[in-house]
Amino acid sequence: MQSHSWKILMVIAALAAVLIIVPHTGSFVILLVTRALAFSILVMSLDILLGYTGLASLGQAAYLGIGAYTTAILATKYNVGLGWDFWLVILLGILFGAALAAVFGLLAIRASGVYFLMITLALGQCVWGLAYRWNSLTGGDNGINMRQRPKFGGIDLANEMTFFFLVFGIFCVALLLMYTLVRSPFGRSLAGIRERELRMQILGYNTWLHKYIAFIIAGAFGGLSGVLWAHTAGIVSPVNVELTTSVDALLMAVLGGSGTLVGGVIGTFIVFGLREFLSTLVPWWQYVLGVVYVATILYLPTGLMGIPERLRQQRAGGDRVVKKLAPVT
Amino acid sequence: MNLNFWVIQTFNGISYGALLFLVGSGLSLIFGVMRIVNLSHGSYFMLGGYVALTVIWTTGSWLLAIPVAAIAIALLGLAMERIFLRQLGFDPLRQVLLTVGFAFLFQQAALDLWTGNNFDINPPAALSQSIPVGGIFLPLYRVFMIAIALAIGVALWLVMEKTRIGAQVRATVDDAQMARGVGIDTSRISMMIFSLGAFLAALGGVIGGAFLGIYPGLDFEMLPIAFAVVIIGGMGSLGGAAIGALIVGLADNFGKALFPEISYFTLYAPMALILAVKPTGLFGRE
Amino acid sequence: MGEDTATSSQTPVLELKGLSKSFGGLHAVRGVTFRIMPGDRKAIIGPNGAGKTTLFNLITGIFPASSGEVLLFGRNVTGWASHRRTAMGMARTFQVTHLFPRLTVLDNVLLAIKGLRPSKFVMWRFMSSYRDVYDKAHDLLEQASFLDRKDTEVRYLSHGEQRQLEIVLGLASDPKILLLDEPAAGLSSGESVEMTKFLTKLDPKLAILLIEHDMDVVFDLAHSISVLHFGEVLETGAPEQIKNSQKVQEIYLGTG
Repeated sequence: MQSHSWKILMVIAALAAVLIIVPHTGSFVILLVTRALAFSILVMSLDILLGYTGLASLGQAAYLGIGAYTTAILATKYNVGLGWDFWLVILLGILFGAALAAVFGLLAIRASGVYFLMITLALGQCVWGLAYRWNSLTGGDNGINMRQRPKFGGIDLANEMTFFFLVFGIFCVALLLMYTLVRSPFGRSLAGIRERELRMQILGYNTWLHKYIAFIIAGAFGGLSGVLWAHTAGIVSPVNVELTTSVDALLMAVLGGSGTLVGGVIGTFIVFGLREFLSTLVPWWQYVLGVVYVATILYLPTGLMGIPERLRQQRAGGDRVVKKLAPVT
Repeated sequence: MNLNFWVIQTFNGISYGALLFLVGSGLSLIFGVMRIVNLSHGSYFMLGGYVALTVIWTTGSWLLAIPVAAIAIALLGLAMERIFLRQLGFDPLRQVLLTVGFAFLFQQAALDLWTGNNFDINPPAALSQSIPVGGIFLPLYRVFMIAIALAIGVALWLVMEKTRIGAQVRATVDDAQMARGVGIDTSRISMMIFSLGAFLAALGGVIGGAFLGIYPGLDFEMLPIAFAVVIIGGMGSLGGAAIGALIVGLADNFGKALFPEISYFTLYAPMALILAVKPTGLFGRE
Repeated sequence: MGEDTATSSQTPVLELKGLSKSFGGLHAVRGVTFRIMPGDRKAIIGPNGAGKTTLFNLITGIFPASSGEVLLFGRNVTGWASHRRTAMGMARTFQVTHLFPRLTVLDNVLLAIKGLRPSKFVMWRFMSSYRDVYDKAHDLLEQASFLDRKDTEVRYLSHGEQRQLEIVLGLASDPKILLLDEPAAGLSSGESVEMTKFLTKLDPKLAILLIEHDMDVVFDLAHSISVLHFGEVLETGAPEQIKNSQKVQEIYLGTG
């Protein structure tokens, strides 16, 4: 349990560092960190499916989409969500994300492995197709421009710093909730399903139900990230729900290390950092990103967070007597 | 909406389906043999078109561009399978991620090599006319597309059904472990099929280039549609790919013409439903 | 024999009626019928491929039966999903170790204990706050002399230790009937003796159905033995009867 407490301390330290340092940097960094924080909620939701339940989804962006489009449509067409009712929209984003996942999950959860990849791809494309073509509702290819940020109780979210604090706060709450989830009995049951679903069934778990609930929870957090993303990015368009966005999230989760929650956040920050930062310095940054992805997948499947464990194994491999499966007659 | 409308839309749907058959059959075979979700398939389609463009710009020959582009991309696919995918073994997630990582690299390379402009691959004047058929003018190029797809389809069918290697491929699709058990070199088959898939996709890219254009983003636009073809038609089944391509081609055309607001939805929703009920696709075999 | 200990007022823990399973043309299990009462210790033996593990898979709900019935405590559970059968008091171990490799021994046991508890759906408390579950895990591991390994990841355990853990997981849900699929598979003779001792010391009210090749284990543990051959029950009887049966010797020596 020692390493556990260490990890928690490091996470708290990192969060504190972000909270203290970022406000003193320029607006470019503040904006970048805000965007990364919002997107990393989506990536963490994907990690719950991928790293903890063993389900790789190619359509998680759909939930970001429903949260974002709900926010945008309510704000621009009905003037809802720009005052105290911003919190109502947050709630709606979460509910709609969960509801969409509840519907999609009925179709998807029966599948596993490659079939799950493909069915989530198809479902994600359904949402994209509607976003792209239902011009009257979603603005089609042009998307919806968010004209203003909410203002309530003397707090004006148009101020980048204030907005950063809000997103940071919500991010911390989301992280805490998801952390509690994965350490809870339900969360542990997901890990069991990932490791040996058949055994779990024999032990008395209704694994379909557990996976379904996990899928809905991931959708709920996805919806939350969508609400924040709409306000962070200032525009909601079909790009937010296209396949490449879902794939991005998946790659970020794997890069940082799936099954660690925090790994997803690290992966998000690295990619966003490379994208926004490196892109201004060198024209070949995309190749760096591509090579990093490929190298991680080939040589570091447990991601960056998995490095300490790999080092430990390599060091231990020499002097520890690894008891192998020795079938005796 | 008179009869002409229906005839034209059906014809357009069939010709689009012809193109989709080229892209989809390769993907279907790759999935059937290797159980890989190949997310770089769209890239092969796009790169085929780009390479063809370069051939046309340097030699002026459209006819030459077709085989050169297809073979070049086939080699690219071969290299990717042999050097990278092979290492991963059977691991659906990592395979998917690897193929998509490469897709991103290809996308960037294409942008750098050919700029972000929209290009058309212009076929020779001979094919650009329309021929009158029973009162309607049908573009000859579309007829050409259908002809090519038919020719390729027949060729593939002959190889699959009548040759020994085709039998080996079919055995591997049915049960890879069993196939290895009877001495079939499934890694060699995998390599060949992956390369063939890239070849067909690139061919599609060249031929489709006159009709869709070649531009950045084409790769990820074509990819989900190719998957729709594979799912609806069934994984690993050539006949299924043909039927799936036809269905998707027609649905896409009619959808856009009649229900433009939900046209993509009408394409992907059936795909999701089919996957939910019969994961291997309508005509797929497990 | 199992039937001897049956009294008309007691419900069998497990009852099979004409249970059969075919895979295409292959009849893996044919018309198996028997009863297990509380406290019975029954072994199923037979050459490889006789259908023993398939029989277990039918009883535990992993495969659907082609025909016949499975009854748990008098209830027809044929067609029930595995987790529902477990809820009725059944537990099972696997011939090929089916543990959770990247979780610790303790985590494995905790999952097993939680299997039938409604609190497995709780998302707002840490698992570590359930002291009663931890205490029970502690007791189970202590009973199996496994406590010192509790924080080791299962993939680092020796084969013998993993087989031992399989049984611990089987006991975690306080089952009324425990199905053991070749518990001694791959164990050294010393380890098998230890394991047999452990099994004989279990609650006498617990019914055990055992698949085993190791005859020492079978004769030490079983009150009744059924011999399975090509999916059919060839003979059932007390250990002595089976030991001396010519039919049984024939199938094992290949002359049957």
